[in-house]
Amino acid sequence: MSATDHSEPTRRDFLYVATGMAGAVGVAGAAWPFIDQLRPDASTLALASIDVDVSSIESGMSVTVKWRGKPVFIRNRTDKEVEDAKAVPMADLKDPVARNENQPAEADATDLARSAGEGKENWIVMVGSCTHLGCVPLGQAGDFGGWFCPCHGSHYDTAGRIRKGPAPQNLHIPHYAFTSDTVVKIG
Amino acid sequence: MSGGHHAHGSYQPTTGIGRWIDARLPLPRLMYDSFVAYPVPRNLNYAYTFGGILTIMLVLQIVTGVVLAMHYGANTVVAFNSVEHIMRDVNSGWLIRYMHANGASFFFIAVYIHIFRGLYYGSYKAPREMLWILGVIIYALMMATGFFGYVLPWGQMSFWGATVITGFFSAIPLVGEWVQQLLLGGFAVDNPTLNRFFSLHYLLPFMIAGVVVLHVWALHVTGQTNPTGIEVKSKGDTVPFSPHATAKDAFAMFVFLAVFAYFVFYIPNFLGHPDNYTPADPLKTPAHIVPEWYYLPFYAILRAITFNIGPIDSKLGGVLAMAASILVLFFVPWLDTSKVRSAVYRPWYKLFFWIFAADCLFLGWLGSKPAEGAYVVMSQIGTLYYFGFFFIIMPLLGLIETPRRLPNSITEAVLAKQKQPAAAALPASEPAGHH
Repeated sequence: MSATDHSEPTRRDFLYVATGMAGAVGVAGAAWPFIDQLRPDASTLALASIDVDVSSIESGMSVTVKWRGKPVFIRNRTDKEVEDAKAVPMADLKDPVARNENQPAEADATDLARSAGEGKENWIVMVGSCTHLGCVPLGQAGDFGGWFCPCHGSHYDTAGRIRKGPAPQNLHIPHYAFTSDTVVKIG
Repeated sequence: MSGGHHAHGSYQPTTGIGRWIDARLPLPRLMYDSFVAYPVPRNLNYAYTFGGILTIMLVLQIVTGVVLAMHYGANTVVAFNSVEHIMRDVNSGWLIRYMHANGASFFFIAVYIHIFRGLYYGSYKAPREMLWILGVIIYALMMATGFFGYVLPWGQMSFWGATVITGFFSAIPLVGEWVQQLLLGGFAVDNPTLNRFFSLHYLLPFMIAGVVVLHVWALHVTGQTNPTGIEVKSKGDTVPFSPHATAKDAFAMFVFLAVFAYFVFYIPNFLGHPDNYTPADPLKTPAHIVPEWYYLPFYAILRAITFNIGPIDSKLGGVLAMAASILVLFFVPWLDTSKVRSAVYRPWYKLFFWIFAADCLFLGWLGSKPAEGAYVVMSQIGTLYYFGFFFIIMPLLGLIETPRRLPNSITEAVLAKQKQPAAAALPASEPAGHH
């Protein structure tokens, strides 16, 4: 073979390259199903939403429900807890973003934007996975009276905002809505 | 060196069938040349017996593991109970499971001694870089295998260990969450996760066995190092593998396995964690999560990064530091600039090496402590020395350290040692003078 001696690419060079490219695409195409099968399957994705009756949750209490394999905290905050959270200056927050799927992506992490909204500011609904490495934080604990993650020492305030420790973000708030005064639909 | 030249071996088949096989598939010749006639340095000490011990431990883990898989159910509904079933109902199940669980720990004890031996005697230096890198690959595969295996009993530590470790991947910018869900097969650790971890836990040991073959191959191309760090120069520097190395390896194996047996029979849960006898609960994290002891130093490094570094937040920083603490091992052959191989002739390196060994134990202890107060500061100091050892001390020391005088050959070093008690004051014997 002296194909490399020619300065002009030949038809044969073209065929080599074209065959090689087709082979590469074929290998990638054949590999994809083997990667794709690792992703969450239809039955996992089907667990889209749950309804939770919150009528029995008194002020100051919280419950943990399971949604998509993860714990979700629903807490009926006391007035003092709401006031404490409202009094925090935005400059003190490690993560200034609300992380609330019911709000615009860039919304500030004010207490109102973290809560269930005007008139339902006592309610807070969050995915109970520490944004550090996914442990379940303990409620009514930590330096700020909110949540404390025992794994690596992250402290969240009563609005679930990260205040101290290695977690990078506020606890995530899933898409949810009060379908009546006593029922929350999560997901 | 052997260099895989079978034609130069000393194997002589004595039977007709032996000659018939030798002409068609010279496997007996390969075994003979590799494990009987193979020349090893005459001055190998017991630190050099851990390669053989590791081979035995790998075989032990595969045999016990295959048996356990016959009785185990990789499904979140039955996994925990099937392990209890192995412990209570299966004939000798308790023994086989305790051998497997403690076997993992002893596998790591052996590999750590093996790695530190390599660091002390400079075994990674040219021309053994490939040998060293293959070893680091084996170590990385061992860590993955150990992690997958620990998830299978589906206890609290299994579940939350898996949650934390797969959480590392969520630190990757942009694609982190996608990658994490790819690993888990869901939004949290659940049945798909357990299933695939079981599959991988069964697969990886055979991949380890494959890399071990390459590791031994690379070893037999370059020949072994020895405590002096001087290459073999003459036949007198070596002894045949059998009976010398085989006998020494066998004795070390017996002692090692005796200690192993003590753990299996008398303190089988000493290295485990009581929380893992509580079934996995996705809604409740144990108060204090710790990984298995053999990951603790890396866990301490992960938690030492509590501050943001420029655009890298503390979470990603911790994960990167932990990954770097393992990846740095790949570069050790090029980070060490010293012309002298063995710490025996490097007084300063010897000192820093032992501080490094103590630092790893220190980090291991810190990894078992809660991440708060003084422990965090101590972890940061330990992490600083860990990386300082590789990135500052190793390159710099090779340039500024004055090594001790090297003997001319292994034989000279051995003979000088034997003479020492009788005539310590006499100068070293004359050079052996082989080429």
